[in-house]
Amino acid sequence: MGAGHHHQLHLPGDSVVHRLPPQCKLLAVLAFAVVVVATPRERFWAFAVYAVLLAGVAVVARVPAAHIVRRMAIELPFVLFAFLIPVIGLGERTDVLGLSLSVPGLWAAWNILAKATLGVVASILLASTTEPRVILIGAQRLRLPSLLVQIAMFMLRYLDVIVDEMRRMRVARESRGFEARDFRQMPVLARSAGALFIRSYERGERVHLAMLSRGYTGQMPMIHDISASVGQWGTALALPVLALAVWALPW
Amino acid sequence: MGPTVVNSLEIRQLAYAYPDGTQALFGVDLTITRGERVALLGPNGAGKTTLVMHLNGILTAGHGTVAVAGTPVAKDTLKEIRQRVGLVFQDPDDQLFMPTVRDDVAFGPANAGLRGEELDRVVKDALEQVGMLEFADRPPHHLSFGQRRRVAVATVLAMKPEILVLDEPSSNLDPAARRELAEILRSLDVTVLMVTHDLPYALELCERSLILSGGVISADGRTPELLADDELLASHRLELPYGFTIPQSDHA
Amino acid sequence: MHVPDGFFNAATSLSAGVVAAAGVAVCLRGARRELDDRTAPMAGLVAAFIFAVQMLNFPVAAGTSGHLLGGALAAILVGPYTGVLCMAVVLLVQGVFFADGGLTALGINVTIMGIVTVLVGWGVFKLVTGLTRGKVVVAAFLAALISVPASALAFTLLFWIGGTAPIEVGAVAAAMGGVHVLIGIGEAVITALTVGAVLAVRPDLVYGARGLAKPLVLRGSAGSTTVVNEPQPVAASGGLKPFLWGGVGVTLVLAGLVSFFASSSPDGLEAVAETHGFSGQAADHALGGSPLADYGDVGGIPVGIAGIIGVGLVLVIGGLVAYLSRGRAKTGDRARA
Repeated sequence: MGAGHHHQLHLPGDSVVHRLPPQCKLLAVLAFAVVVVATPRERFWAFAVYAVLLAGVAVVARVPAAHIVRRMAIELPFVLFAFLIPVIGLGERTDVLGLSLSVPGLWAAWNILAKATLGVVASILLASTTEPRVILIGAQRLRLPSLLVQIAMFMLRYLDVIVDEMRRMRVARESRGFEARDFRQMPVLARSAGALFIRSYERGERVHLAMLSRGYTGQMPMIHDISASVGQWGTALALPVLALAVWALPW
Repeated sequence: MGPTVVNSLEIRQLAYAYPDGTQALFGVDLTITRGERVALLGPNGAGKTTLVMHLNGILTAGHGTVAVAGTPVAKDTLKEIRQRVGLVFQDPDDQLFMPTVRDDVAFGPANAGLRGEELDRVVKDALEQVGMLEFADRPPHHLSFGQRRRVAVATVLAMKPEILVLDEPSSNLDPAARRELAEILRSLDVTVLMVTHDLPYALELCERSLILSGGVISADGRTPELLADDELLASHRLELPYGFTIPQSDHA
Repeated sequence: MHVPDGFFNAATSLSAGVVAAAGVAVCLRGARRELDDRTAPMAGLVAAFIFAVQMLNFPVAAGTSGHLLGGALAAILVGPYTGVLCMAVVLLVQGVFFADGGLTALGINVTIMGIVTVLVGWGVFKLVTGLTRGKVVVAAFLAALISVPASALAFTLLFWIGGTAPIEVGAVAAAMGGVHVLIGIGEAVITALTVGAVLAVRPDLVYGARGLAKPLVLRGSAGSTTVVNEPQPVAASGGLKPFLWGGVGVTLVLAGLVSFFASSSPDGLEAVAETHGFSGQAADHALGGSPLADYGDVGGIPVGIAGIIGVGLVLVIGGLVAYLSRGRAKTGDRARA
């Protein structure tokens, strides 16, 4: 949705989870999500165990449930959609509370709800316990191309600056009586967007000059590095490994 | 200063035209000796920024020479020149592009090859000089404007520059931040070239002023004297703020 | 808009991840060539711009509003390579830092919302500017108009391959297509107007117009510290071939990867195939999902192969459009020159 979610998720803290090196956490969350997605939807109990695992992480990290629930609103559109599937789905029908619902549709809805929710909560836990810039260091450790990491770094640094410029433009529009009601107001919005692009681009050029002025030659100096011990890897990977064990349990 | 006076900056007959043919500089001559604090005054469009961009080789002279502490600005000396000329941009958000204050101050020295404890020490010293050490681990966008400008100064101080070049250092600062920055600048043991419209600030900080107008240096002298010459100021679209008079003690 | 975890099965998510990674890798090289050491700050700032502009809601019809995807806009303003990078980073940041879009679905999101919108948008743009002798704003309109349903189509295709939910593919295509044509109109209007607004003030900044404009007069506004580089009239054409070859390469890698999976661990894949993801675009867009009803039972191999074919098709069609338009644009340039 892009919209309305530019508030950072990070919650400063000093728990075991907070202190884990970012690369360990990133890989753990990614592996966990993969295991979740690969779990057959019929194994209700497996999803229950996954949820318990995440709850455990949240408790250890002291991330309040309210924080997680509030951020879960991001998946709301999909929840609504999931509720629609049984109604419009094909296949065998069944009556639930007087509604005729598709059985495969119910399965599909359950599948999406369970996996999307587990995925979102895992991501929220990662973002809540790790500073954005630290996540980037972790991503670099995991061999994400450094140019990509740098682009993300500049983006995060200037996000607030640019969103703020956009907000000021909106205030300027509205203080002169402008209100976006329908199609006819689009040219005004577009001019703002154009102006925002020019400002962003020119700022990019100035930032580049500022970098050149301090000796930039195309390589970002690697100032920070965070190495992870075997123990830290073990701690972080406990999450996906436990999930994998659940997944692999013959039943 | 020893028997030989070192010139921090020496510009001879500098002329420059933008690629579209618009000429901005028409033969600038100026010399700044080590330890001086000099204000570069001039109306909008006088070529101030263009001149500044030549000092560390972002723009290349069309004619004439620029030398920093005796080293000419040229392609093969760029690395050294950019170490020696510390450029503080007008908008600190342009200058502070790294995720934290510490990283940002470290950027220049790290590019020069410093690492580990030495890097930490340089960063710490620079932040101390501007009184921002306690903010080292904050993201720049969580700082006030005045604090960001001080950090911007620290980012170039960390490179131990021969000359500090500030573009409109007092713009957008509230009175307290303005005074704090002035105190910091006065405390530094470095050559300063300050590009500004803020005549009282120039008077407060700089013994000597230059007026750049029409792409040439059209006046060069002691700041109180230049600012007392209403006719001179008026002819270059410069004005003292309403009610401001040059303190008598400064008058020669 | 962003696909969460669980909409697509693991094989499709993974395959899309490989496609996205390869596409981004190609673009990293391409952007480096264009922007040199300016790549990181410029692409970062433009990514922040795209992120911000996605927050700009515009009214679509009575009571509903949409927001920009931005793929076509990015392609026209900063070129296809940098455009893909910006979109990819936006999606990456949204997924990792804002939990918007599943981590396992990152490849899918980058493919359909980043690569497809930029590639199709750029292809259409070059085609139209070639045919119309440089009507940039018209071209921007059409590029954005088509890029959005194209993204929906790519989504439907992926869904058909790897998102089995019990809804007919036809229905998905119709619903997705229908809604996205509407959204596309909004995207087209705002993209065209935005490009027009930038053209009016700083035509040199519109990548897609570089080859078309008269020699640029560079005018740093007084006091600003910008140094505008020499315009590169050739930059706008050029450089689509690598895109095409990139697409082909990606498809091959993908084919190899999936068939490897399919042959080496049929059991695992079977298990995976049992999980049906459902997919949909989100809130403001209706979703259609469709189960390939007989497909869940078939097991892994057909899934994988269908995946290759589908993804390959998207890439080849996109690449072809781009390539054709490139030829046109070139002849157009010559005709003018």
